[in-house]
Amino acid sequence: MMEPLGWGGILARAAVQFLPVWIALAAVFAVSIRFRRRLGLYGKLFDSGIGMAGFAIVMFWVFTALFAGWIITHDPLAQLSGMRNVAPGTPLASAEGLYPVYLFGGDSLARDVFSRMVVGAQRVLAIAPAATLFAFMMGITLGVPAGYFSGRLDTGLTFLANLVLAFPVILLFYLLVTPEIRATGIPTALAAILFLFPILFLTILWNSRFFTNPRKRSIYIGVTLAVGLWAYSGLAFNADPLGVFAMDPNLLNVFVAVVFVNAPTVFRIVRGLTLDIKTRDYVAAAQTRGEGPWYIMLWEILPNARGPLIVDFCLRIGYTTILLGTLGFFGLGVSPESPDWGSTINDGRRLLTIAPHPAVVPALALMSLVLGLNLLADGLREESLKD
Amino acid sequence: MTAWDPSHPLLEIEHLSISFFTRLREIPAVMDFSCSVMAGEAMGLVGESGCGKSTVALAVMRDLGRTGRITGGAVRFKGRDLATMPDEELRRIRGREIAMIYQEPMASLNPAMKIGAQLAEVPMIHEGLAKAEAWARAREIVADVRLPDPDRILGAYPHQLSGGQQQRIVIAMALMSKPALLILDEPTTALDVTVEASIVDLVKALGEKHGTSMLFISHNLGLVLEVCDRICVMYSGEAVETGAIGDVFDRMRHPYTQALFRSIPLPGADKTTRPLVAIPGNFPLPHERPRGCNFGPRCDHFAAGNCDAADVPMFAVAGDDRHETRCLRSTEIDWAAPAKAARQAQRARVGEVVLRMEDLRKYYEVSASRLFGGGETRVVKANETISFEAREGETLAIVGESGCGKSTFAKVLMGLETATSGRILLYNQDIQDTPIEKRTTDTVSSVQMVFQNPFDTLNPSMTVGRQIIRALEIFGEGGTEEERRAKMLRLLDLVKLPREFAERMPRQLSGGQKQRVGIARAFAGGAKIVVADEPVSALDVSVQAAVTDLLMEIQRQNGTTLLFISHDLSIVRYLSDRVMVMYLGHVVELGTTDQVFSPPYHPYTEALLSAVPIPDTHVQKKRILLEGDIPSAMNPPPGCPFQTRCRWKAQVPGGQCEREVPPLVTLAPGHQIKCHLRRELLEGMEPVFTIAAE
Amino acid sequence: MARFLARRLVTMVLTALCLTLGVFVLTNLQPNLVKLAKTEASARMTDAEVETWLARNGYARPALVRYGEWLGVLPGWTGADPDGRPRGRCIDRAPDPAAAPRFCGVLQGNWGFSTVFKSGVIDAIGRGLGATGWLMLWVMIVMVPSALVLGVLAGMREGSATDRSLSTVAIVTTATPEYVSGVVLIVALASSTAGLSPLLAEWGLISGRTLFLGTATSAMEKITFWNFTLPVTTIALYGMGYIARMTRASMTEVMREQYIRTARLKGVSFRQVVMRHALRNALIAPFTVIMLQFPWLLNGVVIVETLFNYKGFGWTLVQAAGNNDIELLLGCSVVAVVVVLVTQLISDVGYVYLNPRIRVS
Ligand code: SF4
Ligand code: SF4
Repeated sequence: MMEPLGWGGILARAAVQFLPVWIALAAVFAVSIRFRRRLGLYGKLFDSGIGMAGFAIVMFWVFTALFAGWIITHDPLAQLSGMRNVAPGTPLASAEGLYPVYLFGGDSLARDVFSRMVVGAQRVLAIAPAATLFAFMMGITLGVPAGYFSGRLDTGLTFLANLVLAFPVILLFYLLVTPEIRATGIPTALAAILFLFPILFLTILWNSRFFTNPRKRSIYIGVTLAVGLWAYSGLAFNADPLGVFAMDPNLLNVFVAVVFVNAPTVFRIVRGLTLDIKTRDYVAAAQTRGEGPWYIMLWEILPNARGPLIVDFCLRIGYTTILLGTLGFFGLGVSPESPDWGSTINDGRRLLTIAPHPAVVPALALMSLVLGLNLLADGLREESLKD
Repeated sequence: MTAWDPSHPLLEIEHLSISFFTRLREIPAVMDFSCSVMAGEAMGLVGESGCGKSTVALAVMRDLGRTGRITGGAVRFKGRDLATMPDEELRRIRGREIAMIYQEPMASLNPAMKIGAQLAEVPMIHEGLAKAEAWARAREIVADVRLPDPDRILGAYPHQLSGGQQQRIVIAMALMSKPALLILDEPTTALDVTVEASIVDLVKALGEKHGTSMLFISHNLGLVLEVCDRICVMYSGEAVETGAIGDVFDRMRHPYTQALFRSIPLPGADKTTRPLVAIPGNFPLPHERPRGCNFGPRCDHFAAGNCDAADVPMFAVAGDDRHETRCLRSTEIDWAAPAKAARQAQRARVGEVVLRMEDLRKYYEVSASRLFGGGETRVVKANETISFEAREGETLAIVGESGCGKSTFAKVLMGLETATSGRILLYNQDIQDTPIEKRTTDTVSSVQMVFQNPFDTLNPSMTVGRQIIRALEIFGEGGTEEERRAKMLRLLDLVKLPREFAERMPRQLSGGQKQRVGIARAFAGGAKIVVADEPVSALDVSVQAAVTDLLMEIQRQNGTTLLFISHDLSIVRYLSDRVMVMYLGHVVELGTTDQVFSPPYHPYTEALLSAVPIPDTHVQKKRILLEGDIPSAMNPPPGCPFQTRCRWKAQVPGGQCEREVPPLVTLAPGHQIKCHLRRELLEGMEPVFTIAAE
Repeated sequence: MARFLARRLVTMVLTALCLTLGVFVLTNLQPNLVKLAKTEASARMTDAEVETWLARNGYARPALVRYGEWLGVLPGWTGADPDGRPRGRCIDRAPDPAAAPRFCGVLQGNWGFSTVFKSGVIDAIGRGLGATGWLMLWVMIVMVPSALVLGVLAGMREGSATDRSLSTVAIVTTATPEYVSGVVLIVALASSTAGLSPLLAEWGLISGRTLFLGTATSAMEKITFWNFTLPVTTIALYGMGYIARMTRASMTEVMREQYIRTARLKGVSFRQVVMRHALRNALIAPFTVIMLQFPWLLNGVVIVETLFNYKGFGWTLVQAAGNNDIELLLGCSVVAVVVVLVTQLISDVGYVYLNPRIRVS
């Protein structure tokens, strides 16, 4: 049996575990810095210290999620006897073929905190960006027309958005993410609506662009509809005939709730941007050559709103991460075992004064990811404002 | 403080160099700039955008921001170097000895502070005046800048004043402590011409009254001629020619100055017989300046081996007082030789009537206050009874200042709005009620538009080629992608842009180049009628000529009808066949260019003509200053729209002007005027300008 | 102005109605009602028994009608027990069934009965609100001034070292949700085994075992620096970063305005430029933000009260939601929605008041 590790030893061993991440990070940075002058806004990110730091942190977690299988030292659900609440660096009591130590200690059920943190990253990064993306699709598909057409449509949609925004998020979660509501099938219905937006969005996008060229239009729309509806059947109704796309109902519920909370804010931002951009001459030029409203909205206005939207996208992933943590913290929509950061913090907080590490480790992990995203957004904003 | 001897220059700038530092490189903005301003003298600083003239002004105030730095030379004010002066002393000079006025009056005033407080602050800081005294002084000065009802104005917030009033307040603020030097950075660019004229007049009068020296920065040579005693022409960060205003205007000794004068429409210029000569090429970017003379690549007199050998210093011009030029060959060049490229062109053939408007009206309803919602809605009469016709191949200019309804008129014609009443006939087809979605592709492609702001006219996230191809697609030109590509390249040729530009993004193009792309796009569907909404007003003068020429050349080739919307009478006179003058939604005068530009005038046209600054020392102008500002279109005066500012109103008996909208009177075939004045009075009007014999 | 206020009020009422209806529907879903029946009566009821229980207790009617009753615009339902005793929304808890009013909804002051606390909803919420009021008050006292000062200092000279460091602080705090900062703060300052407290205790700098207390239950009786610092800091930190960033953004924007240059070139000293010319214009935007911050603050309150075991409004809400206490949850929602809407109104009115461009027109 080995000695308990000191902090130096713990960090050294953890660093070794993260080796694949370091390699991937080094490769990305080397390539990006080399070609940064040709990479547009992304390349300019490497001119700003803040942006680079943020990008590094975010990519660290992304790669951690990707390589989680190689990084973890133990099964995140395995409970090893004698390891309950042990301090970081404690060796296993009997290490038969297992990694000999709990790097960040054990939790109240004697599971490895380090491995749970790594797998938790996987959970967050599987949901947060996707949910944010859907919120954006929805916000854009509704926000651009609201800003562009103004009038009644705008009044109505803005009122709806304000309804959701006037609601404390937690209350909304308590109402929307419950076993009871899952029993009624409301989340599925909502998902059916939500997941329709990307398909709708892409179809309109292609149609407005290529209606002058029917063949090309048919191909683009055909492919979109085929792939979209296939994924749709799986994700929204869990009825994918091929079984590729599927979503756990719990997860679906969480996903829908998070999109629902984010979409109104995105809507407001997009609407504001649209109101601004629609006064530009190139929009008038498009109007005077008889372009349809959807072409103008999606090809003349939207691409020019991308700067602020990209920045907000990064911030919003961070915010979604926080929301997911909140859900976990209140035990909403997660199974008791789940290694996601929010519920781990919640589990750990009961014994906080005696064994802080089970709560502190995921807390710091969550904070660093959100911080990374915020820094990244800041860097992007700064760089996009230049020139 | 050492006493300063008034026989020395008040402001003396010697070999000043300024750079801006970015992360990537140092960008030299001003190099080796020297000039001096004597007490009571007005110095004009002219040049195109990016030549560094504003940077010089800011350097005098030592307000270059965090990235700018003076890298060499000295700025001496009353003999003391401002560049090295401690902050505390500098602060005592700012506002008290040197004051500055900028372009955007609204932006220069604090929106959350009352006018009075902003004015009174100056003497309170510098002279330690008590609040009451300072307000009294403010009241005096407000009266001085000819603002009515000073007490009301002192208690108002900036947004409650009109643009012209705001600029007067900014001037008043600059004069609060009776400064010795006034720096004016494009003080009238944001204003309408008639308002500009009265502001310029005010500045001149006040300068003379207080003996204030002035550094007057402008891109407008005409304005500089009106205000200044001396002039300094800048090009690409350097002073290229400086001297007394008469010397430089009449005996210029630098090729750039000469080229500049040849590219602006002076009263003698004419599009067929004496066309403008554009300066070839583009302004060099600060880090791409050539070796030797900066103007070398665009200079007609360039001599290889000489001009590009080493930096060119300033040379004194023999015989004139303090007249210098930065040209090596100034003594060799034949300055009197006519411009080389002046080729004469055929006048376009004017054909059938293609567009006719009859009694067009466009009213809008707006709610009085957006934020508070509701409220009574008001009707804005943007266009009132507009009737005219335009023929094939003709250029019809539509002239007017802000709020005259020229943009609304364009929108109705384009189908972005539908008319309230009246008719628009395009090839004898009614289109006034057809919004653009309902128009046939043919109608849409035959009426196209060129927009004002080059930085806004192209979609920033699409390549130039794609944007033109898209227009071709929409207009149904070309059956295949390849055909359209070929056609797009031909369009680029047409507007004289290199074919490589097809792959460029708009941000890689200069303003003039973008405007050319805009023109190419408008002509993509073989437009028959092109509405050009101030197409060159945002461009530098040397580029204006080239773009105008291009427009006219394409017009000649295609027999296009050009509706040229502008506020710039010089350019209108240069290129249009007929002119329509608008004021507050009404057409007040319509006639051929000659008819409109010579008496009898409509009283508004007369004032407008007099307000336009002309950069020619031989032209004598009658000064007609208009009182007050243009009324808001939301709240137009009853009767004649112009009655609030008209100087002829008293000649019409019985206050008719205030009661009745005057009828459109035909004075000569094709010449109509909307005025109650008796025919004899109209015919007895004197010409606004006369050209002195050379 | 009056017209504007009236319009805003109408929108507010409409919003409140829509929201409460939404909450009503979501809390009265069939599965919720079934669960309620099982907890109230017996957990082993058959489906048919559940049906009769619901019917007998007035739940088996259209949601819209029951919403009207709850609101007090429709008369409360009436019925009878199997043994013939009269039942009804307004009768059940009335001392004298015969004298019971016909309408008894929220508008009449009858917010229902909490199944968790076994007391009236009003009482339960009132208790919670009282406690939360103190928490909010202290959060505001700490958060607003420090955020504004931070933002103004950072935005005053854009790009300076002060700006960079203060901005980083602000970013870090916005990246730290309450359940993270709370945990970290407790470990760092309120744990007898980790963080600062053991060190301080060893050096004899603090008399107790920890610098601060890790729970705030005792603050229900008496608020002290010792038991209230951590919860207040936890909420304040998260909001502070956000407000500070807003203030900074607004301040830098104002400092770049031309009128600031005008002031500078008039010879106004930097201090005066900031105080007289920049501040008022720069504070317009953050004011709106502070007010719109309330929905977020409510979130923070819920998390912090759970984390520190402080029995305020947030804690009540969690209890209600976690235990399917329908009436209490509805009551909580009404309070939350009203608080949010009122602050929005204040924000609008304040914006108009602060901004002379809109006020005087
Ligand atoms: S120095 Fe040469 S290139 Fe420059 S302006 Fe004179 S003649 Fe032209
Ligand atoms: S009608 Fe009267 S006010 Fe109008 S322009 Fe003629 S003279 Fe002037």
